[in-house]
Amino acid sequence: MIDALNQLFAYQFMQNAFLAGTTAAVLAGIVGYFVVLRGEAFAGHTLAIVGFPGAAGAILFGLPQLLGLAVLCTASGLGIGVLGRGALRDRHAESAAIGTIQAFMLGLGFLFVSLYRGLLEGVYSILFGTFLGVTRAQVVLLVAIALVALAALALIGRPLLYLSVDEPAAAAAGVPVRALSVGFLVVLGLAIASTALITGALLVFALLVMPAAAANQLVARPGLAMLASVGLGLVIVWSGLTISYFTDLPIGFLVTGVGFVIYAAARMARQLSGA
Amino acid sequence: MQAEAPDQRTATGMAALQLEDAAVSRGGRSIWKGVTLRVETGEYVAVLGPNGVGKSTLIQAILGLLPLTAGSLEVFGRPPHEAASLLGYLPQRHSFDSSMRLRARDLVRLGLDGDRWGLPLPFAPGRREIARRLDEVLEVVGAAAYAGRPVGELSGGEQQRILIARALVRGPRMLLMDEPLESLDLGNQQAISALARDICRSEGVTVIMVAHDVNPILGDLDRVIYMAGGSAVIGRPEEVITSEKLSALYNAHIEVLRTSDGRLFVVGQQPEAISYHAHD
Repeated sequence: MIDALNQLFAYQFMQNAFLAGTTAAVLAGIVGYFVVLRGEAFAGHTLAIVGFPGAAGAILFGLPQLLGLAVLCTASGLGIGVLGRGALRDRHAESAAIGTIQAFMLGLGFLFVSLYRGLLEGVYSILFGTFLGVTRAQVVLLVAIALVALAALALIGRPLLYLSVDEPAAAAAGVPVRALSVGFLVVLGLAIASTALITGALLVFALLVMPAAAANQLVARPGLAMLASVGLGLVIVWSGLTISYFTDLPIGFLVTGVGFVIYAAARMARQLSGA
Repeated sequence: MQAEAPDQRTATGMAALQLEDAAVSRGGRSIWKGVTLRVETGEYVAVLGPNGVGKSTLIQAILGLLPLTAGSLEVFGRPPHEAASLLGYLPQRHSFDSSMRLRARDLVRLGLDGDRWGLPLPFAPGRREIARRLDEVLEVVGAAAYAGRPVGELSGGEQQRILIARALVRGPRMLLMDEPLESLDLGNQQAISALARDICRSEGVTVIMVAHDVNPILGDLDRVIYMAGGSAVIGRPEEVITSEKLSALYNAHIEVLRTSDGRLFVVGQQPEAISYHAHD
């Protein structure tokens, strides 16, 4: 057991992977609680798709992958918020704006891949994740991004919860609905960029939606649900990295597989408890 | 609008709500105008009228969310934006479905400090005070027994009690409710109306409730504001809901029928605009 642990952390790339995965799981677990509460999984999916041209573009232009992810994901979050007017009331406008941005971004990613022929092998890891090649510099940037996003969420969390649950009442209480809705999409962009580094652009829901959705089945108190979401996210990413290291199974499959099992178990637990 | 006697308007104390020749428009279209009415402190008043006549707009104007285009509106003698802390508001809404896993108690708490920035600290000094206030207001609405359950698992009537608790949690002097009886069965409609009346009587809170059907709440009400034809009248139900008053307001021939058990039905020449009153 000790031997296995020593082996696991013997290489710096594995330490980096664990540091990055842990940071992403904490951020995505908390942001994910609001994604599930607000029913914004579609917006989340789109921002994840945006991660594809973000990462591909960064590699094409010789920039850090995480930087490309973060810039394009937050910019798109802002775009969706502003174009879709960022309010629950305008679900249809938002949905159309999201679909438009999603298609364009996927095409842009394809363009970047075509322009940079050497990237072709990297496409799989951009889309489906890898734990190889996370540098210490990227870990530092990731932690900085996570701290900024969590600080922003700590500031807006309570009014955001109010407006997510009952927008008209929150608006009447003086909560700036529009600004917070857009602000949350920017924070969501940061969380997705962080997560995509490990899980790949297509599988960010492994840390963003699966733990939060499972936690939401188990507890109904906001603070506890966020803690549970983070806890389940850590279980997913730690077990995914460990199994992947020892078996060579792809990390993208392992995190989503563990996430799926946890979610299914949480649903069953709730059914059985009769709640 | 029927002008009230000037001496009544300046009568005892301060009005809870006073509109003088007030008008509101949305997107350049006049919703209502020339509305003059006064609601006394501690009254239970229902706002009635056909769909689209501007009942919710009146609530928005009282909340200060929609500016008047003419006239004046005062809440406890102040302009609406200065009276926000005196108002509790229950918006028109659809019920929470079972995916809403927030505890009912947490939903009530949002009414207390949901508009504040930053996070509540787990061991902050005001914690006991907050818990005590939540217990108190949940007791007032009779929701203490199920306050720990997720709000999505509660029945429509239970959810409405929780939302009333949220509107009351800061101790407002006026409670504004937009169609709180919508989608409730008759028994729950009567129970919520009785609760509104009790809050009105025992806590001295002025209650203004937009309602679809006057009959389930008729016995509890002090007065009604009836809105139609771009204006409004206020008075006791038996004064206002009459063939003469409503015909004048609608500018059409309207008949008010009274059943043997005292229920009122409004019928007229514009069935789609009016017939909602006879839906039960």
